Amino acid sequence: MAITKTEVEHVANLARLTLTEEETEQFTDQLNRILQMAEKLNELDTTGIEPTSHVLPMANVMREDEVRPSLPLEKVLLNAPDQKDGLVRVPAVFEG
Amino acid sequence: MSLLRGSLQEIHSRLAKKEITSVDLVQESLKRIQEVDGDVRAFLLVDEEGALKRANELDEKYSKEGTRGLLASLPVGVKDNICTEGLTTTCGSQLLANYQPVYNATVVEKLHNADAITIGKMNMDEFAMGSSNENSSFSPVHNPWDLSTVPGGSSGGSAAAVAAGEVYFALGSDTGGSIRQPAAFTGTVGLKPTYGLISRYGLVAFASSLDQIGPLTKNVEDSAYVLQAIAGHDRYDSTSANVEIPDYLSALTGDVKGLRVGVPKEMMGEGIDPGVKALIQKSLDTLESLGATIEEVSLPHSEYAVATYYLIAPAEASSNLARFDGVRYGARKYGENLIDLYHETRSKGFGPEVKRRIMLGTYALSSGYYDAYYKKAQQVRTLIAQDFEQLFAKYDVIMGPTTPTTAFKLNERIDDPMTMYANDMCTIPANLAGLPGISVPCGLSDGLPVGLQIIGKPFAESTLLRVAHAFEQATDRLPEPKLGGSRA
Amino acid sequence: MSKYETVVGLEVHVELHTKSKIFCGCSTTFGAAPNTQTCPICLGHPGVLPVLNREAVNFAMKAAMALNCEIATHSKFDRKNYFYPDCPKAYQISQFDQPIGENGWLEIEVDGVKKRIGITRLHLEEDAGKLTHDDDATLVDFNRVGMPLVEIVSEPDLRSPAEAKAYLEKLKSIIQYTGVSDVKLEEGSLRCDANISLRPYGQEKFGTRTELKNLNSFRNIERSLQYEEVRQAKALDAGETITQQTLRWNEETNEVKVMRSKEQAHDYRYFPEPDLVSLVISDEWKEEIRSSIPELPDSRKACYIKDWGLSGYDADQLTVTRNVADYFEQTVQAGADAKLAANWITGDLMGYLNSHNLEIHQSNVTPTLLAGMVDLLQKGTISSKIAKTVFKEMVETGKEATKIVEEKGLVQISDEGAIRSEVVKVIQANPQSIDDFKNGKDRALGFLVGQVMKATKGKANPQMVNEMIREELSKL
Repeated sequence: MAITKTEVEHVANLARLTLTEEETEQFTDQLNRILQMAEKLNELDTTGIEPTSHVLPMANVMREDEVRPSLPLEKVLLNAPDQKDGLVRVPAVFEG
Repeated sequence: MSLLRGSLQEIHSRLAKKEITSVDLVQESLKRIQEVDGDVRAFLLVDEEGALKRANELDEKYSKEGTRGLLASLPVGVKDNICTEGLTTTCGSQLLANYQPVYNATVVEKLHNADAITIGKMNMDEFAMGSSNENSSFSPVHNPWDLSTVPGGSSGGSAAAVAAGEVYFALGSDTGGSIRQPAAFTGTVGLKPTYGLISRYGLVAFASSLDQIGPLTKNVEDSAYVLQAIAGHDRYDSTSANVEIPDYLSALTGDVKGLRVGVPKEMMGEGIDPGVKALIQKSLDTLESLGATIEEVSLPHSEYAVATYYLIAPAEASSNLARFDGVRYGARKYGENLIDLYHETRSKGFGPEVKRRIMLGTYALSSGYYDAYYKKAQQVRTLIAQDFEQLFAKYDVIMGPTTPTTAFKLNERIDDPMTMYANDMCTIPANLAGLPGISVPCGLSDGLPVGLQIIGKPFAESTLLRVAHAFEQATDRLPEPKLGGSRA
Repeated sequence: MSKYETVVGLEVHVELHTKSKIFCGCSTTFGAAPNTQTCPICLGHPGVLPVLNREAVNFAMKAAMALNCEIATHSKFDRKNYFYPDCPKAYQISQFDQPIGENGWLEIEVDGVKKRIGITRLHLEEDAGKLTHDDDATLVDFNRVGMPLVEIVSEPDLRSPAEAKAYLEKLKSIIQYTGVSDVKLEEGSLRCDANISLRPYGQEKFGTRTELKNLNSFRNIERSLQYEEVRQAKALDAGETITQQTLRWNEETNEVKVMRSKEQAHDYRYFPEPDLVSLVISDEWKEEIRSSIPELPDSRKACYIKDWGLSGYDADQLTVTRNVADYFEQTVQAGADAKLAANWITGDLMGYLNSHNLEIHQSNVTPTLLAGMVDLLQKGTISSKIAKTVFKEMVETGKEATKIVEEKGLVQISDEGAIRSEVVKVIQANPQSIDDFKNGKDRALGFLVGQVMKATKGKANPQMVNEMIREELSKL
C-alpha cells in the first residue's frame, strides 16, 4: 500500500496543513518508508485479537452531576488572538 | 560542592538546622543556570522572580512552624508540556510561544503542595515528538557530558538540567521513552510509572493512551521521593488508577536476593552497540552477585513494537494536536479566510517532525485505512502486552539496555526519521503495555553514560525502585559531567 | 397523485437537562452571558481531560428505553474529528459503533392510521458552541460546548412530510415525559436534520437523498420536506438525476440553499476516545433507570379511551405533555368524573393557561380543587353555567368550589315549589310567548327558560325549569 503524492495532499488538507512542493515530496517519500515498516505488522495474524485502546482494565469512571465554578471571562479570553464583546472572533465562517 | 549536589536528606537537615535557606537553594540554582545554560540550553523559561518570591514565602513560613516535607524548598524544573498557571507553556513549539495556561496541571499542584519551588520550564522536542531534543522549535539542548551530542528526548531539557546540576530534580513525560532515553543519555535516573499512576491532567497530550509523567533525578532515592509526592488518583483524569499508593521509601531495602530477572534476547541482540551491551552484561553480573537470578527470555512480538508505536502514537497525536487551530489561543496566522487561518497557523506553527507525525496519524485514521493501520496496530499492541504478562508469571522484572547506543551527535540523525525512531526500540514496549520502567546509570562507554532499563509489573514501582536502588548502591557513582566538547 | 414514493429519515438532537456539562462541571443554564459558562476543559485548552457526567448517561439510557431501544451492555466513546470554530478540541466526543441504545421504535398516527417507525440508534455526545455573524467576522460563544446531547436516528420508515411531523411530535412528547430534556425548539434543546429521497412506487432501492439542515420548527421541517418532495419529483420527471447534497432551509424565502455536496463530504476519522474508559451497563443499572420512567403517552391514551371512555381527541389533548396527563389523572383520583374533568381541563383550564402563558402546574386550580368543582356539578349543586363563574373565581383566588358557592350564594335551586312559582310568574308576564309556543315556535321555550334563569340569577336547575315550563304551557 504505497501512498501517492495526491493522497499526501489530501491528508494534509484533512489535517489543515499546507505543504510546500518540497515538503510534499519529502513526506511522500518518508511516509512510504514508515508505512513500509508498518507493513511488517501484516506478518502477524491478528484474527480475533481484541484491539487495546486502554491498557488498564477500567470501566465506568464517572463524576456526579455537580456544577463547579467556571473561569472568569478575562481568563477565558486571556489567550484569544482576537475578541469582541466577550466573544472569540474569527474570519467569517462560510458554508463551502 | 554545589548545594544542589547534596543528598535530599542532607539538604533537608541543613534547612531544618537553618544552616541554609530556601533562597540559598534557589540562588544556587539560578547561579548554575547563569553559568551553564548558555551552553546546555535546558531552559525555555527561568522564573527567577517567582522562584525567589516563593523561596522567601517558604523561609517565612518555616521560620514559624516546624517540619517541612522532604521536597520542600527544592528547585525543580518542569517540562514545558506540563501546564503551569502564570508561566508560559510552549511545548517547545512556536505555535504556543506565548500561551499562558489558565490552570495548573495536577502534578504541579502536588509539587506546590509539597513546597517544591518551580525554577522554570524545560526545553523539549516540540510536542514531545523526538528522541534528541533537536525538534525544539526554540533551541536544541546539549548533553552536559559532551556538548556536541544530544541529551536525548523528548525530555532532553529536564534530563540535561538535572545532569548539569541546574535543578535538584525535574519532571518529564514519557510516551515512547521520553524520560528513560534522555536519562540514559545524561547519566540520570528516569522513571516512567505505570500508565494511570500519575495524573495526566495538565500534561499536553501527545498520545493519550501512552503518555505518563515521571521524575528525572540524580539518584534512585530522589526518584522515590518525587514519585511519592506526585502519584495518586485524580478525579480530573478518567484514566487515573484508583490504587493505594505504597510507601516507596520503605522499598529501598538494598535486597534483591531471589529476584527473578528476565533479559529479553531481542533487547540484547542486533542493533545494540557492543559498548552498551558490555555494560549491561556487567550490570546483570552485579545483580547476580547480589543474589538475583538472571535468565534469557524472549518478547517474541517486540520486533513489531516500533511499527506499532509509530501508528498508534501519531494517530492519537493527529487528533490531540488538532485543537491548535489558532481560534482560542496560539500564534494565529491569517490568510484570505477561515480555512486559510487554520492552514497558515498550523503550517507555520508546527515544525517538520510534528507535521510528519500528524500526516502519518491522519492517514492511519482516514477512511479506508483505519482497519489496516490503526486497528491492526491496536491488535498487535495486545500481543505485545500479552508477551509481558506471560513473562511476569515467571519473572519479577525485565531488564536490558534503555537505549541501543549512547548519546549521538547533534545533526547526525535529524534527516533520517527511521533511524531516529529505531532508537526507541527498547523503551517503546513498556509504553505499549502500560508498564513501569526505570533507567538507571550503569557506567560510561567512551565517556558517555549508559542506562540500564528495568521494567516491572503494573504498579510495581516499589520493586523497580528497590532493584534500581540496590544496583546503584553496588556500583560506582558516575562522576559529574564536565560540560566539555564543542557545541558544534 | 405522484408516481414517486417519498422516503424520509430524521436525525434529532436532544439536549439533556443535566445540571452540569457532560465532561466538566460548568453550568448548563440557558441564556448566560457569552463565554461565562466555560472552563479549560470545555474550551479545549492544552492538557485538559474529560470526565463523564453519570447523570448524562442515566438520562440517555432513560430516553433510549422510552423509545423502546435495546440498551448496550458495553458502550464507549469515540472522537469525531473535524475543524470548525464551534468545536474547540477539533473533535467532538461522540459514540461511533457502540451507542447507548439501538433498534428502538415509536408509533405515530396520521389520518387515523397507526404506524411504527424504527429508531436505528440513540447515542450520547457533546454539543458544540454557538456562532454569530458580525460584519465580515464570526463570533464564538463556547457556553453550549459540552452540553450533553443525545442523537436519535430514525430508520428511513417515514413516507411523507406529515409522517415526519407526527414522528417529531411523538418523539418530543415521549422525551418530555421522561423528563430528561425540556425539548424546546426555540431554545435549541431539540434540533432536527432530515434526509429525503424519492423512488418510483414498487422500487426497492432508495433514491439519492438530500439532507436538510437548519430546521428550527416543526412547521419548517414539514414545509421544507414538502418543498424538497416537489423539487425532486420535478427533477426526476424531467429526467434529471438528484445530487447528493446538504441543503439549508431559508425560512424567509421558503427555499433551500446548497451547503455542501458529496465531494466535500467529511472524513471524520473516528477512533476510540483514549481519555475515557468504557461503560459497562449492568442489568441492575438498567433496571434502576427503567423503574424511573413514568407511564408514557401511548399507554396513558389507551387507558383514557378504554377505561374512562374518553374520545380519541380528548385523550390526545390530555397526553401531549406529562404535566397535563398527570394533572388529569390526579383530578380523577381526587374523585372527579373523568369525562367532566377532561372537558374542563381541555376547555376552560387550557384556555386560561394559554391566555396567561402558564404551565398547568402553575395555575391556582389544583387537581383537588378542580375535582371538588366537578363534584358539585355532577351532584347538581351547581349548574354548568354557575360552574363557569365558580371556575373563574377559583382560578383567580385558589379557593375551594364549595366555599365560593357558599360565599356567593350560588347553590342551584332545585326546590320544585320555588322554581314552579318563578315559572308561573314568567309565563303570566309573557303572553306573546305562549302564543308563539302554541304556533310551534320552539324559540319561545328558550326565551322563557332564559327569563326564569335571569329571575333566579342563574341558580335554578335549568333542566327542571325546562320541564316545568313545558308542563305549565301544556296546561294552558
